[in-house]
Amino acid sequence: MTAPEPAVAPELAAELGLSPEEYARVLDILGRAPSPTELGVFSAMWSEHCSYKSSKKWLRLLPSDGPAVIEGPGENAGVVDIGDGLAAVFKIESHNHPSFIEPREGAATGVGGILRDVFTMGARPIASLNALRFGDPAHPRTRRLLSGVAEGIGGYGNCVGVPTVGGETGFDRGYNGNILVNAMTVGVAPADRIFRSAAAGAGNPVVYVGAKTGRDGIHGATMASAGFSGDAEAKRPTVQVGDPFAGKLLLEACLELMEGDAIVAIQDMGAAGLTSSSVEMAGKGGLGMELDLDAVPARESGMTAYELMLSESQERMLMVLRPEARERARAIFRRRDLDFAEIGRLTETGRLVARKDGAVRADIPIDPMVARSPEYDRPRAPATPPAPLSPAEAAAAAPPGPLSDALLHLMGSPDLASRRWIWEQYDSLVRNDTLAGPGGDAAVVRVGGAGKALAMTVDCTPRYCAADPEAGGAQAVAEAWRNLTAVGAEPLAFTNNLNFGNPERPRIVAQLAGCVAGMRRAALALAFPVVSGNVSLYNETDGEAIPPTPVVGGVGLLRDSPRRATIAPGAAGEALVLVGASRGWLGQSLYLREIAGREAGAPPPVDLAAERANGDFVRAAIRDGAVSACHDLSDGGLAVALAEMALAADGLGAALSAAAPAGVPRHAFLFGEDQGRYLAATADPGALLARAAAAGVPAAAVGAVTGDGLLTLAPGDTAPVDVLRSRHEAWLPGYMRGA
Amino acid sequence: MRSIIVVFPGSNRERDMAMALRRASGREPVLVAHDETALPPADLVALPGGFAHGDYLRAGAMAARSPVMRAVAERARAGAAVLGVCNGFQVLAEAGLLPGALMRNAGLKFVCRDTALAVGTTDSPFTAGYAPGQRITVPCAHNDGNYQADEATLDRLEGEGLVAFRYAGPGGATNGSARAIAGILNPGRNVLGLMPHPENATDEAVGGVDGRPLFDALAAALS
Repeated sequence: MTAPEPAVAPELAAELGLSPEEYARVLDILGRAPSPTELGVFSAMWSEHCSYKSSKKWLRLLPSDGPAVIEGPGENAGVVDIGDGLAAVFKIESHNHPSFIEPREGAATGVGGILRDVFTMGARPIASLNALRFGDPAHPRTRRLLSGVAEGIGGYGNCVGVPTVGGETGFDRGYNGNILVNAMTVGVAPADRIFRSAAAGAGNPVVYVGAKTGRDGIHGATMASAGFSGDAEAKRPTVQVGDPFAGKLLLEACLELMEGDAIVAIQDMGAAGLTSSSVEMAGKGGLGMELDLDAVPARESGMTAYELMLSESQERMLMVLRPEARERARAIFRRRDLDFAEIGRLTETGRLVARKDGAVRADIPIDPMVARSPEYDRPRAPATPPAPLSPAEAAAAAPPGPLSDALLHLMGSPDLASRRWIWEQYDSLVRNDTLAGPGGDAAVVRVGGAGKALAMTVDCTPRYCAADPEAGGAQAVAEAWRNLTAVGAEPLAFTNNLNFGNPERPRIVAQLAGCVAGMRRAALALAFPVVSGNVSLYNETDGEAIPPTPVVGGVGLLRDSPRRATIAPGAAGEALVLVGASRGWLGQSLYLREIAGREAGAPPPVDLAAERANGDFVRAAIRDGAVSACHDLSDGGLAVALAEMALAADGLGAALSAAAPAGVPRHAFLFGEDQGRYLAATADPGALLARAAAAGVPAAAVGAVTGDGLLTLAPGDTAPVDVLRSRHEAWLPGYMRGA
Repeated sequence: MRSIIVVFPGSNRERDMAMALRRASGREPVLVAHDETALPPADLVALPGGFAHGDYLRAGAMAARSPVMRAVAERARAGAAVLGVCNGFQVLAEAGLLPGALMRNAGLKFVCRDTALAVGTTDSPFTAGYAPGQRITVPCAHNDGNYQADEATLDRLEGEGLVAFRYAGPGGATNGSARAIAGILNPGRNVLGLMPHPENATDEAVGGVDGRPLFDALAAALS
């Protein structure tokens, strides 16, 4: 059989990112040399971004089953039952490479893409979150990148009318050459009306809807599957351009069409555009697909088959319709001035056949392309995790001045300073269901009108993962679980975004494998499965990889939303109860880095049995109204949690009165980052402590909410809350002034 | 009170507006699309927030020229109450139903935060439920809320008591609005445009209740 177009030279395969072995496999599958279009299809489908070829082996280890799970990884988003006939639909996805090249468009299209993933499943998006990592604040690019990313995220979400309710932002020189932009969306759908991507019914029409196809983002997936080497600027044409207005219209049109039974299967055109959507739909259905590329709505004339198959133009969907529903569907999209084009049909051949200008440009057997997609068990070389800090090292990390000075410094440092400058650019209120927006442990959004709400959070502590990937992976899962618990929610499931460097390097594979092993351990112990996710590898520039950053996006359920907690104490006189054991763990703590100038020691271990017991105790106490406020302890430990609670309560203060446990220096007690801990405010500490004792959970009264507007860390060692507030609020606006 | 919410392509706070109107009036608002040429009977026409037509060209510019706006203008002339919030205010200004223009925020950023407002006049069906000069807290969420008009217009608005709300927080109008204007009435006092979102301040669990008197007063006056 001859190739449908002039055959290509093998050199082109290498240029498109296929290895010689992979190219040989293409020849074997086709039984001939590929056409340029075919080679483009293989290169995109077998890119790291689309095939997960280096991470599949590890992803299989993550537990994805649970009593509430309706749909685990493999669809556009995960689906979890939340009762009353409703399901939560959510996923997180990265747009790291494009956002570094073109921050505004890259971040905006990241949001657009994750919104489409969620409404493709039939869900109305109700909230978005994001996890961002930037380089050293002193790096010349950081300000411009942060400014553009915030504008892009806000620009898209605000226009579409989905509130951006939470997120986290970190700075580290390890991201100087590769920032991270991970966007998460949560939607709600009727549990029995979930839409999937597997095509069915040979002869059924394949329909393209949404915006037109242009030459933007061609080979975006391939670009995101390689590192940068001082050439990031040159890759600008691979970045897509977003149109949130078209995204909003597409969202409303799809949800309207989904009210009927017109749709057999639907798939968002994301990475690798028409290529991956057509292959996935036909492949999952065990069918073939014929595409008439002349019918694809094009923004520019003269686009080739190759360009049409590989464009990553935004705001497009592919669907298989019941034939009799065509006209109703067409009317819904045309009324909104969106394109609607029948561009093909399903066949029984099992082949993807694409025609353009009357000639066959691609003719590929789908099942072999999918089934024989490469999978690598790449060599790994774990680094030896650092030993825990010795007691002498911990003692030597005492601050040079008062503890309150150290706290003021920490609260104004880039990693802990207020993110208000960022989140005030996001509409966190639209839809009028945001019970708790940015600034708490987890955001809380009402669903369904019967008092129910979903809690949501994104978390990761890369410095822990860098020091000990296994411990860091477990900690990321535990922290998300803890943040959901701290508002009173039952953690349901999570989505994850695994951001790492080049998997062809053994040290990186060891980081990936280690983080996944830790996530698995925590997910099993906490009965907190993974239902969706994304992998972003090759986050490196000139051989410098980012710190391992496995971001966890957790979702929890509040059955009765008034019975929840915020971090703001109710009144002066309430006692502060610390739940969980404190050993003064300073290894890899923020305090050690910011105050003692050291990045050393083992990160805090996560005792998952204690994590679960402590969390279950706290959640029940919140549900029963036994605490008036609750905050999880994370970066900066007890002192920072205390400060954040004081800042959240207008005009109040807080004072610590407890001594450090025996053998623990006071600075380690205040700033240590032992896991599995919460600080709760309560009017009845006796009852809460008795309840903890009965549950076998360590808890102690450590201080009180005060009316003096002071934060007291030790007798005579105080900081006015107003000063704390101005330090906390000052850094980011000052840093961004004029940007 | 029978109410209509006009929905343009890109409107996104029609649901929020409906929640506020439903609570105040006990009746379901009727949604009317941008391409309708006639409106059903109603006491109040509300133009919600959002990004009508993507804010392309200028915020509100294309929506102001949509078929439904001729019918809205007729209703306004006939004395029906017309409420434009955020993007709705921008549409009313572009349509010439209110004077002035909403420019890009002085800080060049979208801003979503609680905003302190002072009630400028209680002489309207929208503001009759407040005390003169009352301070309220209502959230804003906009990119183009910087109200500007020529000096004569501003003088007239102030002289005739048509400034319904002013920004009253520390720093005044952080979006740059002339004379800290947050909301204005037409001379007939039946058309109100304002940038902050009273509809997002009608529920104790979400954003407080300082927006309730606006809707309650409308419901009382128009029932």
